[in-house]
Amino acid sequence: MTGPMEPASHISHPVTAAHLGPPMVRAEGIEKYFGRNHVLRGMDLEVQTREAVMLIGRSGSGKTTFLRCVNFLEEPSAGSIEIDGVRVVADPLHARSREHLEQIRQIRIRSGMVFQEFNLFPHMSVLQNLIEAPTKILKVPRAEAVERAEAYLGKVGLAEKRDEYPARLSGGQKQRVAIARALCMEPKVLLFDEPTSALDPELIGEVLHVMEDLAHEGATMIVVTHELHFAREAADRVIFLEEGRIIEEGPPEKMLDNPDDDRTRGFLRRFLTSPKASAS
Amino acid sequence: MIEAVGMRPALFEQIERAEAASRRWFRAKFALVWVVIMAALFAAFAATDNLDADFVTEWSPYILGGAGITVLVSVLSIALATVLALIGAIGRLSRRAVPYGVASFYVSLVRGTPLLVQIYIIFFSLPQISPLLILPAIAGGVLALGFNYGAYMTEIFRAGIQAVPRGQTEAARALGMPENLIFRRIVLPQAIRIVTPAIGNDFISMIKDSALVSTIGVQEVLWRAENAGRPTLHTLEAFIIAGLVYWGLTIVFSFVQERLEKRMARGDR
Repeated sequence: MTGPMEPASHISHPVTAAHLGPPMVRAEGIEKYFGRNHVLRGMDLEVQTREAVMLIGRSGSGKTTFLRCVNFLEEPSAGSIEIDGVRVVADPLHARSREHLEQIRQIRIRSGMVFQEFNLFPHMSVLQNLIEAPTKILKVPRAEAVERAEAYLGKVGLAEKRDEYPARLSGGQKQRVAIARALCMEPKVLLFDEPTSALDPELIGEVLHVMEDLAHEGATMIVVTHELHFAREAADRVIFLEEGRIIEEGPPEKMLDNPDDDRTRGFLRRFLTSPKASAS
Repeated sequence: MIEAVGMRPALFEQIERAEAASRRWFRAKFALVWVVIMAALFAAFAATDNLDADFVTEWSPYILGGAGITVLVSVLSIALATVLALIGAIGRLSRRAVPYGVASFYVSLVRGTPLLVQIYIIFFSLPQISPLLILPAIAGGVLALGFNYGAYMTEIFRAGIQAVPRGQTEAARALGMPENLIFRRIVLPQAIRIVTPAIGNDFISMIKDSALVSTIGVQEVLWRAENAGRPTLHTLEAFIIAGLVYWGLTIVFSFVQERLEKRMARGDR
C-alpha cells in the first residue's frame, strides 16, 4: 500500500473509477450514545486511497464524535471500522479487554490524528515529539526516525525548530509540528479534528496551507472543519452531517454552491452570514 | 499639552526612583523587625539569668552534629515515601477493585492514626511478633516516617497525575502507544513536574517531624539536645539550640527548593 506521503506523480483530485480498489477506510453502521444521548445514528463512510473527505455541520452534529470513533478514542456503541484491511468491531461491553485494545492499537498505528488543541508533549523537544512513537512503536532505528522527522519538519516548514520545546512555538507552529508528528508514523489515513479552531485568525492560513499540500499530494484524509473555503480548495468530497446522520455528500463545488438538501442549504446560509455563531 | 510630552521621561524617572526607594525602605523595615524581635527574645532569656553561656559553647557543636542524622533520616524517608506514594497513587487511580482497595486502606489507616503511634508500633511492638522484626533505630524511624508520608503524598501524586491534561493521553493513544508506555513516557514525567514543589514542602516538614524518631533513640538533633540538656539541667539552652538548628535547616532547604522551582520553571516548559 502506498503511504500518504509518497510524492505524487500527478494531482489526484477526482476519484476516478481507476482508483477504486478496496477503500482505505470503511466505517459501517457507527452508532454512539453518550448516556441516553444518541449522538451518532448509523454512520456509513468509505474513504478511498488518496481521497480527502471533509465533514461539515453544526456543532453538536456529531462530526467530531464520528472522527474520534474512527480511531476508537471513543468506543462506538455499535458498528465497525476498517482501516487498510484491519477491521475492528465496536465492543462497548469489553472495551478495555486486552485483545480489543490490541486490535484498536492496530487501527491507531495506521491512522494519524491532529487535534484542535495540538496536544504536543510539553516535556519533549520537537524532535523527541516526532521520534517517540516511531522508535517505540514501529521500532524504527533512531537514526532513521530522526532523518524521517527532519524531512517532515522541513515539509511543514519548521526544520529550524527541531530542538525547540513546544512552549516556545506559536499556535500555528505547534499545529504544524503536530501534523509532522502524525506523518512520522507514515499513517494510511490522517484524521484532522477542527485543526484550526484553536488558532488566532492570522495563524490559520499556515496550517491550512500545509493541509492543502498534503491533500494535493494524495494523502488520504478525513477532516472535520469549519473552513469552507479550505474545503472547496482541498476536498475531493464534502459530507454534511446533522443529528448524527449523513444528510448529503458530493464534490465540494456542488455541496457548497448548489446542495440538494434544504438542511444543507440552511446550514450554509446561516454559516455564511455568521460564521462565528456556527464555529463556536 | 506639548509641555507635558516633553516632561514625560523625567516624570517616569521620578516615579521609578520613588518606587525603588519605597522598596528599599520596605526591606530595611522588614530586616529591622526581625532584628528587634530576636534581640528582644534574647534579652528576655538573658534577663532571667538562667542561660549558661558555657553550656552553649560546650554543647552546641554536639547538638548541631545531629543535623547530619536529621537530614539523612529525612532524605531516606522522603525517598521511601515517594516510592510508596507513586505505587499508592497508581492504586488509587486503578479501575480494578483490589489495587484501589489496598491503596485506599493504606491512606485511610495512616492518615487516621498519629505518626507517633506508628513509630512506636513499628519500633517497639513489631518485635513482640517476632524477634526478626527488631530493627535498628534509624531503619525503624525511616520506615515509619516513609510509610506515614507516603500516604499523604499518595494523594498529592494522584492529584498530580490527574492534572496532566487528558489531551496528552489521547494524543499518545492516537499514535498507537500502549497504556503502560503512555503512563511511563507521557503522563508520569509531566506529573512529576507538577508535584515537585509539593514534595519539596513535604521534605521540609519531614525535617521537623523527624524529631519524633528521637523517641526511639535515633541520635538526631532533638535526641542530642535531650541527652545534653536533661542530665545537666540545661534543657532551656539545649532545646533552644535544637529549635534553632531545625529552623536553620528549613531555611536552607526552603532556599534550595525555591532555586530548584525557578530552574524548572525556566526550563523547557
